[in-house]
Amino acid sequence: MYYLETRNVVKQYSGHKALDDVSIQVNEGKIYGLLGPNGAGKSTLIRIINHITAPDSGQVVFNGRQMTEADMAKIGYLPEERGLYKKMKVAEQALYLAQLKGMTRNDARQSLRHWFEKFDIKDWADKKLGELSKGMQQKVQFIITVMHRPEFLIFDEPFSGFDPVNAQLIRNEILELKAQGATIMFSTHNMASVEEICDEIGLINRSHLVLQGDVDDIRESHRQGRYLVKVRRPADEPTGRKMLDSSLYQWDNLTESSHYWTWQLRKAGQASMPDVFKEIADRFDVISFEELIPDMNEIFIKTVQNIEQH
Amino acid sequence: MNKLSIIIQREYLSRVRKKSFIIMTFLTPLLMVALIMVPLLLSTVKSSKTQLIAVNDESGLYAGRLQDSKSWQFVAVSEDISSLAPDNRNDFYAWLSIRGLLTDSTGQVKIYATRQIPMDLSSDIRNQLEKMASDDKIASYDIPELAQILKEVHPAVRTENILWSDKAEGQEIKTSSKISMVIGMVATMLIYIFIFAYGSMVMNGVVEEKSNRIVEIIVSSVKPFQLMMGKIIGIALVGLTQFIMWILLIMLLSTIGLASMGLPVDTLMSANMPQEAASMNVNLSAEALNGIEIFQSFNWTSIIIWFILFFLGGYLLYASLFAAIGGAVDNNEDSQQFTLAITIPVLLALYIGIYGAMNPDGPLVFWCSFIPFFSPVVMMVRLPMGVPFWQIALSFGLLVVTFLLCVKLAAKIYRTGILMYGKKVTYKDLWKWIRYKS
Repeated sequence: MYYLETRNVVKQYSGHKALDDVSIQVNEGKIYGLLGPNGAGKSTLIRIINHITAPDSGQVVFNGRQMTEADMAKIGYLPEERGLYKKMKVAEQALYLAQLKGMTRNDARQSLRHWFEKFDIKDWADKKLGELSKGMQQKVQFIITVMHRPEFLIFDEPFSGFDPVNAQLIRNEILELKAQGATIMFSTHNMASVEEICDEIGLINRSHLVLQGDVDDIRESHRQGRYLVKVRRPADEPTGRKMLDSSLYQWDNLTESSHYWTWQLRKAGQASMPDVFKEIADRFDVISFEELIPDMNEIFIKTVQNIEQH
Repeated sequence: MNKLSIIIQREYLSRVRKKSFIIMTFLTPLLMVALIMVPLLLSTVKSSKTQLIAVNDESGLYAGRLQDSKSWQFVAVSEDISSLAPDNRNDFYAWLSIRGLLTDSTGQVKIYATRQIPMDLSSDIRNQLEKMASDDKIASYDIPELAQILKEVHPAVRTENILWSDKAEGQEIKTSSKISMVIGMVATMLIYIFIFAYGSMVMNGVVEEKSNRIVEIIVSSVKPFQLMMGKIIGIALVGLTQFIMWILLIMLLSTIGLASMGLPVDTLMSANMPQEAASMNVNLSAEALNGIEIFQSFNWTSIIIWFILFFLGGYLLYASLFAAIGGAVDNNEDSQQFTLAITIPVLLALYIGIYGAMNPDGPLVFWCSFIPFFSPVVMMVRLPMGVPFWQIALSFGLLVVTFLLCVKLAAKIYRTGILMYGKKVTYKDLWKWIRYKS
């Protein structure tokens, strides 16, 4: 059973389809990255999961049953467009929003104290939000997302809009929340930034889910047998150049710098990788030899190109 | 606590605690009472200095008969003002010159002064002289008892309006259409101001939540309808608080004010009969007593209760429309194209109300007091004149049905609008949002 599923979700806005038959599966205790370019439909999907908008058709299934209004209390949501009441005191609005999530006032007060101490911002409790700096406001916004101890967290573009210090803080907090057992889903258009922390991803392009699964599985399945070799520059260059050619592999993309040569290779036919490595190691002073596993950006571009060609 | 009441609480407290609310709540009744009290107080304060007025009376018939008053004293002089050197004119405040006989066409009266004289003075002189001329004329006919006869020819007639009350058989209640008109006018203005002030407060609240983007966090916890209703109800309570505070404060302040002016307070406030007031050792004129009796004749409880009900009904009707506009637009500037659509009926209602104050039984006022978009304002003007219960109930019932419909439509626009950013919304869009199925 999946922790959260969307089943064939369709959402139509006047003129265009924001989501077309999108079915995602999120496993419990994992970090799920919803990737895709701006305007692909990520935020719409997140709003549907949050019960902010309703899908035209399709379902959202939570813990094996249709998601209800009561489940909303278990979700912590950081929207892409951030903002709070500017003229309301920090603690007051945090308590208000936590109560709307179903917390009692006392419980909320305790949780607030914990987070204020953790982020070292106790002194701001009675200040109006508008009096705080942008960075401080971002911390408050994050606290409001997590203070009702949600078991499921949804961050829409969590790393954009935050300053680098806060972005790092949030990255660490996300990992800590995961360690405590929370399930986390976030969207981003910056694909490079998510590989390290995502367990699973879903790629959305032009309102369609084009790819989904475990990050490592996806990358493994997109291997193309390309390797990157880095060696020390040979003393006798003409000989070195000749030694590049081999019956065991084809090479390309040679770059020369003052001390190193790097090139990419793909083994030929029946040759075995140990033989390839042995031959290069015999001929050059090898610094590194690694398989090139495509990153999400490449996978995404490739996947989209494939779809559009067909 | 359920979510709606949490929202209501925030909307209410965040506004009631505002400095501007507290200042308005206390200052407005103070100003209103001051507006009534200060002229009253001022009228009791007279200039203590008595001005001397020189009277040069050619015939010698009048100067001696001029009555002095607190503020001025007449002194007969023999010098003719026109022959007087400018230096000597300053001994007197003003110079009164009477030439010829006032009883025939030769009479000529002129008042000279170096500065503008008060109106009181010139009218006092004119009145006194007219009276003398009239008395002289009557005397000149040489008919015995003529003055007495003339007096009897002009008997004073006092009129009283009596309203037949169907409740207390045979009890006559004095009314005054003038006072009814004033009360109706005040209630109309109040309801108009309340609808506008608190309706736009709702709109600004919605725009604020939308423009600072917090709305998305809130509607991930509660339904948009709950948020909208919470805001509307919370602000209605703010309005009621202010209204009730105003009534209490005005009662308190006018009690203090009247007491300090030496008037019997409880005649106004309680049901004591004017006769009792008269028996108290107070110099109350017959008019004042009459006014108090009329003031008491209105059914204040009924007027205030209906006022509050119509305020709530009208407010809910318009506030839900204001909320829909707030949800549809991005900022206050964009809201103007839509607020116009609300302003027009409210303004129209106000004009009908003002017109109705002069003509409370006209067909325009009668029919408009049933049309829900007008009735909260227009009914107020009819209320003090006495309206049959079934008419008020029907009007209020129609209002309730309409505001329920409006809230429903507004919720649809609101729900879609609050999540639309950066788009210039047109009436066509609003219509489309209304037709979205939920």
